[in-house]
Amino acid sequence: MSKQLETMTPELRAFIEEWKAKPGNLIMVLHRVQQTYGYIPREIAIETSQILDVPLAKIYGVITFYNFFRLQKAGKYNIQVCLGTACYLRGGDDIIKEFERQLGVGLNATSADGMFSVEAVRCLGCCGLAPVAVVNGEVHGKLSSKDVDSIIKQYRERG
Amino acid sequence: MAKLTLEDLRRMRGEKQKEMEMRDASNKDVQVIVGMGTCGIAAGAKDTFTALVGAINEKGLTNVLIRQTGCMGLCHSEPTVEVVVPGMPAVIYGNVDAATAKAVVEKHIVGHQLIDDKILDRPSIDIIKNS
Amino acid sequence: MAYESYVLVCGGTACCSGGGTTVVEEFKKELEAAGLKDKVQVVVTGCLGFCEQGPIVKILPQGTFYVQVKPEDVKEIVAEHLVKGRVVQRLCYDPEQAKKLVAEANIPFYQKQYRIVLRNCGVIDPEKIEDYIARDGYKAIEKVLFEMTPEQVVEEILKSGLRGRGGAGFPTGMKWKFAQQQPKGQKYMVCNADEGDPGAYMDRSTLEGDPHSILEAMTIAGYAIGASKGFIYIRAEYPLAIERLQIAIKQAHELGLLGDDILGSGFSFDIELRFGAGAFVCGEETALLQSIEGNRGMPKPRPPFPAVKGLWGRPTVINNVETLANIPVIINKGADWFNKIGTATTKGTKVFALTGKVNNSGLIEVPMGTTLREIIFDIGGGIRGGHQFKAAQTGGPSGGIIPPQFLDTPIDYESLAKIGSIMGSGGLIVMDETDCVVDIAKFYLDFTVDESCGKCAPCRIGGRKLLNYLKKITDGRGTEQDIKDMEAICDAMNKASLCGLGQTASNPVRSTLRYFMDEYMEHIKDKKCRAGKCSKLIQYKIDPAKCKGCTMCAKKCPAGAITGSVKQPHVIDQSKCVKCGQCEQTCKFGAISHG
Repeated sequence: MSKQLETMTPELRAFIEEWKAKPGNLIMVLHRVQQTYGYIPREIAIETSQILDVPLAKIYGVITFYNFFRLQKAGKYNIQVCLGTACYLRGGDDIIKEFERQLGVGLNATSADGMFSVEAVRCLGCCGLAPVAVVNGEVHGKLSSKDVDSIIKQYRERG
Repeated sequence: MAKLTLEDLRRMRGEKQKEMEMRDASNKDVQVIVGMGTCGIAAGAKDTFTALVGAINEKGLTNVLIRQTGCMGLCHSEPTVEVVVPGMPAVIYGNVDAATAKAVVEKHIVGHQLIDDKILDRPSIDIIKNS
Repeated sequence: MAYESYVLVCGGTACCSGGGTTVVEEFKKELEAAGLKDKVQVVVTGCLGFCEQGPIVKILPQGTFYVQVKPEDVKEIVAEHLVKGRVVQRLCYDPEQAKKLVAEANIPFYQKQYRIVLRNCGVIDPEKIEDYIARDGYKAIEKVLFEMTPEQVVEEILKSGLRGRGGAGFPTGMKWKFAQQQPKGQKYMVCNADEGDPGAYMDRSTLEGDPHSILEAMTIAGYAIGASKGFIYIRAEYPLAIERLQIAIKQAHELGLLGDDILGSGFSFDIELRFGAGAFVCGEETALLQSIEGNRGMPKPRPPFPAVKGLWGRPTVINNVETLANIPVIINKGADWFNKIGTATTKGTKVFALTGKVNNSGLIEVPMGTTLREIIFDIGGGIRGGHQFKAAQTGGPSGGIIPPQFLDTPIDYESLAKIGSIMGSGGLIVMDETDCVVDIAKFYLDFTVDESCGKCAPCRIGGRKLLNYLKKITDGRGTEQDIKDMEAICDAMNKASLCGLGQTASNPVRSTLRYFMDEYMEHIKDKKCRAGKCSKLIQYKIDPAKCKGCTMCAKKCPAGAITGSVKQPHVIDQSKCVKCGQCEQTCKFGAISHG
């Protein structure tokens, strides 16, 4: 699959320039990069390293240390299944397995059609609704394995 | 807004305190307060808010102030809504879906009756008011 | 039509099965007979807590709280309370209980919660600074800036006995004092809002519900230690909390409650947000500072402590959200008011995120010294689905698992440490008999192994080894020697790890070994998981008496492990079974079970 190269948007460039002089800016800048592209594209990381005058190795050191930063683009619908303790106790594990089974993808991977990716996340903080999954910001609570099918269908229909 | 001096801040506090007690400033004596923390919103508090606004407009009520607040702590029964009607005890309702929201307006605010099966206890006294 | 009084009858599960439904009918009948039908409304409510004392009846507007109300008591309540206005004393909750630790704080005796940190949560609109101001907001900053010296502020916090709510319980006033005593120059005030403990959301709710209280507290701390700059290090996973903090900072700036020359006092203070990026170890002070500086969040050995050498080498105080939320109240009401609440060693309250197998999960705040039993059964409404309480877990991945014999332990830092757990940041997870403690220990170890930064060997290697042993045991391959090895690794990790994460990572294992050794032994010797959680140890069986030979299970089985002919009882070949459980779900006759 050939990948289209991303180019730095003017807004992002302005943001980086604004933060350039502030100490400890790297993580804030990387957040902005990910907010812009949904992940941290290599070509943008290289450009960022040049603007900030920070070694690329340091940038990758930081990206790979923190769970929040992604190196690959997520699916159009990113399914985040909570594995906080409350969700785990109420069967969050089974929900993940069911999503993986039905979509035929592993954890932190994107389905072949680019539609879905499945992620396990730590505590989304809606423990009263456990177990919980969040799809592009929409919360689905009190799930059982049986609900997985209809959730996937719902998003497929939206296209 | 201009920067406050110490006197400004004290004056502002006094005025707001009065206002919060009476809610006279806008002639709205009924308050509906929706818990809009992450958990409340996840459980559908935004739909509840919309349903409340819809029902209030439908009934043509002009004396109702509807506002948001943070988490009331009753995660097991989100979304939660507090209803304050003069002459009636202030009550917190849990599991307020769109249908209950409608009932809150029609039965509680207009009909002055409490609604079955949804009332939850206020978790604690208010240390600011009762010191 | 307006009612004068309301009779609230708890309609929670426990109360209903205890006769609550009949109580409702009885009230309606008696009120009608007394001619009060139009004056008193009978309302069924959601669970009011206190389930062991049910059925519960509450009379509004007075707020009288009756417990264990039987249908035959109703007549008396109507005749005495509702007709004559006299409270029926014998049905009130045992007033002896009221005289406990918090009597002076004016708490209605039946209420177990007391809200200092959460005083404004669920009350004010968090996006309106005026709402906060009206509820004594920014009043403490007035007092501090115009009536107190920095030394007096530190003294007041020391006297209050407030200890850090992030987990370790270090006295907050001491931290401030160390930083204050450093030579003048650039100092920093940092708020730790990197709440990474899975199953805990106290700080998020506080920030979402009452952001200004944190800004005010940080400004007070800044004044006390001589810092002009503050950072809030917050999880990027909390978008709503971030948004509300940004609004709050903007509003405080506009009113001159942040920025240069606050309220004309000459003191200047500013706050910036810095986002975390999903690294649990960044809850550790030194790692957090690394992260704010834009580096990998690796902890550093202490000393030097951050109060001496912190952010960019300057003296820095780091306080957690809940700790800070207490500060304005302590300043307003005084240290003597605050230190009357709580136990001998631990003052004030604690916020818990009460979750797991409990009926009423929620965000609760109780005075220190409250027992686990009160929290789980009185506030939490007991265990879901009529199951048995098995254990409670506090302190997340750094905490321990507490068995039923300690339900009556009053909660404070010392008592929890004594029983092998920690206070932690406030996750309180309840487990029932369907939860396997070995599996839970594995769950937490899996978490800490994933989150270990890898800098020091005890944590990096020890954690991995422990996890491997736990996997071995839950797979049914464990030996008794494994237990001995695990105990040795736990000790080594505890003594030799660089930071709090590694030092406490073994707590879930240590505490389960201490209290649930019999379950470990069952896994090892009998190859049995009594909770039925460890899938490799589960055996599915078909009851030939119930099996109708419908063949549904055989069709569903992905491993072809089920055989049998039509209308004849089927059997499962254990050597082929992959324990997926689909057969049990499929069977319409309840013939398949596991154990």
